[in-house]
Amino acid sequence: MADRALSGIKVLDFTQHVAGPYCTKVMADQGADVIKVERPGVGDVARRSGPYPGDTPHAEKSGLFLHLNTSKRSVTLDLASAAGRNIALQLAADADIVVESFRPGTMESFGLDYQSLKTINPNLVMTSISNFGQTGPYREYRGADIVFYGMGGEMFGTGLADREPIKLGQNVILYQAGATASVATLGALFLAQDPADGQALGQHVDVSLMETQIGSIDRRMTALIAYQYTGETSKREHYGGSSYPNGIYPCEDGYFALAGSRVYFPRSVRMLGSPQELEDPKWHTPGAQTDPYLKEEFEELFLPWILSQSKQQAWAAAQQQRVLSGPLNTMEDLSDEPFFNQRGVFDQIDHPVAGLLKQPGRPFLMSESPWELPSPAPTLGQHNHEILADLGYSNPDIVRLRQMGVI
Amino acid sequence: MPKLPLQGIRVLEFGVVWAGPYCAAFLAGLGAEVIKIESIKKFISMTRGQIPRPTEEDLRNLPTSVGATPDRLPGKRPWNRIPLFNAHASNKLGMTVDLLQPKGKKALMDLIAISDVIVENNPTETMEKLEISYEEITETNPGLIMCRMPAYANEGPYQNHRSFGFHIEGVVGHTLLRGYSDMDPSGVTSVLMGDAASGTQGAFAVLSALHHRRRTGKGQLIELSQAENLIPFMGEAFMDYAMNGRNQSTLGNRHPVAIQGCYPCLGEDRWVTITIAGDDDWRSLCQAMGNPEWSQESGFRDPIVRYERHDEIDEQISQWTRSLKPQQVMRLLQEKGVAAGPVMDQQDAYADPHLNERGAFEEAYQEDTGTHLYPGAPYKMSETPSKIRRGPVRLGEDNEYVYQELLGYSAEEYAVLEEEGHIGMDYHPDVK
Repeated sequence: MADRALSGIKVLDFTQHVAGPYCTKVMADQGADVIKVERPGVGDVARRSGPYPGDTPHAEKSGLFLHLNTSKRSVTLDLASAAGRNIALQLAADADIVVESFRPGTMESFGLDYQSLKTINPNLVMTSISNFGQTGPYREYRGADIVFYGMGGEMFGTGLADREPIKLGQNVILYQAGATASVATLGALFLAQDPADGQALGQHVDVSLMETQIGSIDRRMTALIAYQYTGETSKREHYGGSSYPNGIYPCEDGYFALAGSRVYFPRSVRMLGSPQELEDPKWHTPGAQTDPYLKEEFEELFLPWILSQSKQQAWAAAQQQRVLSGPLNTMEDLSDEPFFNQRGVFDQIDHPVAGLLKQPGRPFLMSESPWELPSPAPTLGQHNHEILADLGYSNPDIVRLRQMGVI
Repeated sequence: MPKLPLQGIRVLEFGVVWAGPYCAAFLAGLGAEVIKIESIKKFISMTRGQIPRPTEEDLRNLPTSVGATPDRLPGKRPWNRIPLFNAHASNKLGMTVDLLQPKGKKALMDLIAISDVIVENNPTETMEKLEISYEEITETNPGLIMCRMPAYANEGPYQNHRSFGFHIEGVVGHTLLRGYSDMDPSGVTSVLMGDAASGTQGAFAVLSALHHRRRTGKGQLIELSQAENLIPFMGEAFMDYAMNGRNQSTLGNRHPVAIQGCYPCLGEDRWVTITIAGDDDWRSLCQAMGNPEWSQESGFRDPIVRYERHDEIDEQISQWTRSLKPQQVMRLLQEKGVAAGPVMDQQDAYADPHLNERGAFEEAYQEDTGTHLYPGAPYKMSETPSKIRRGPVRLGEDNEYVYQELLGYSAEEYAVLEEEGHIGMDYHPDVK
């Protein structure tokens, strides 16, 4: 087996849904050995979320789960039972990293909190991902991606001035939180594995989903600093503004976004084939780009052109003249995108129950520890036997544990 | 005091705008010595502002990201006062060098020889024009890790494609998955989720390479395509297409299963978000509202009916929330275990008791902007608290340290480099 960036790193994963599993997925996909602990009979809540093939729910066929749990092994453990806890402790004793996403206090109720694990594994890095963090008045509060984005992120400045603020797509906020947790975790591990004498130091990392948005470069930090400097709060604005052509326009088969105004205007003129009407000096005066009548006149010429172009044609024409731009792709467009496919961005992953599926693949390329096709997401408890056997449990023990509902 | 996780790791950052600098900001927050490399002869728009020397009037008319300098005044060095830049500039060191002159290139190569990581997110051709290649670098420093973050790729047909982050998000499908569900997408706000994702996962990639190097001694070249990097964030929509050939579209603020929305509250432009996941949440919501008559209709006990009658429920919830402040709605619902929270503007965030108790904001000083509160690291560590050690770096602030202490230039040599336009804290008068 080829050497991967995170080969040899052992992760014990008590997370579910999106943020935690994404944090451990990026590690697993780079070669870390991630053991995912799931509740017997039920498993990760994502198993109960769609999409499912043919909209037919099945615990082993959730698209969300299959995407977020590649390259991991699954063990089922009832953490409320003494035997389950004992197995978790043995696994934690041997782990480099523990990641969990229970409500604050839950790991403590299982006897698996950082203070307990530290005594058996002093250099452990433990990352706790929770809605609002392990401390503070909101620590018990419930959350959802819209709530985190509204409180932590730049939702107030997203949308139109005369309407309600609006969230980002799907669960992207939770993916961003998982990515942030993976950075903090690997950073902490770098110190925990410091080879210099007496330097190695484990620690507990506290990741609040809300705070991953407060610290996000997606406009929020900038808006927070702007408020510090001027007392101004952000506004909800239509993309594009007064200059032209700038924004999102309908085209023959969908929508196309471009920024071809102001300093880029000469490029836009070339993109349109340098029509004679646009040679007039009036288009190139200092006030031209803020003149609403000129904008209207320009659009009389531009809209018929863009409406006659497909997304791909518009993109080719724009890029030929270096106009900053891109199509608004659907998932079908993305899946069929020739360049991404040629670059090997997607993986064909064959799952024993869900079958062969095209899935999002590598987030980035590494020259010395290249990407390998991830193993499919595990079925519930798929690795119970091998993981327990590695801990020294005999086959009859494993049967007993199963019968008692521990695994 | 234990050392910080990346103490002893030196990172050179050739970052522009957001993605590269945000990546390096994570590494700096973890304790790496990050040296930001800039030139006093070149101003890159949307990095240290939109234009190098905005007047007071310019600043009044610019958007907050590039216009909201302290009190909207330019100060002596406006480029050190820009929110867009100062969001990712804490904990970093700054040097200036003119890489188009042989002496500048020599200084850079000497610096690379004693560094561990390079992060850059320029158009691919920029590094080629500067003749900085990973192959050449590793001849002198085989353990070096270089993270390049192009928009699409460093080679192939999209290599020179021009785009803002906003365009990249359209290409990978995010734009069609967000925005109001009753409008066409032409009105969506430009969000820059892709920059956040690239910076974060770029830092993860560098950390992965550092772990790999510790074990194998080998450095490596990372190529993080900002477009490709964002695709996994669209995972469930992509999987729906793979499984069912379905193209999902925006749900607005709604959830595929729960009752969810953003509702108006008492006051001007005040909003609260609420997510009603199941029957328990529904009962708690009804209780919090005082069990109004409409909510007691037996049909609403069924989540399928509730979802069908989402519009009607939204109307009723809005009527209730309109008489309350967002924080009141949050407390009333959260006390009963229902997810709800105010849509916080910047003033709300700084005043929030939870964020303040957790120390989410830290005071930092910088000579050209004074003392202000900045968001701290987006995580907390028990043994090596990630404090802002230094305010946003000024252009060329650490030239003496880099040239004299690290590279061993004499005071005379330093003065010559200053004269030749490498070293300075002000943009060259010709820079526009």
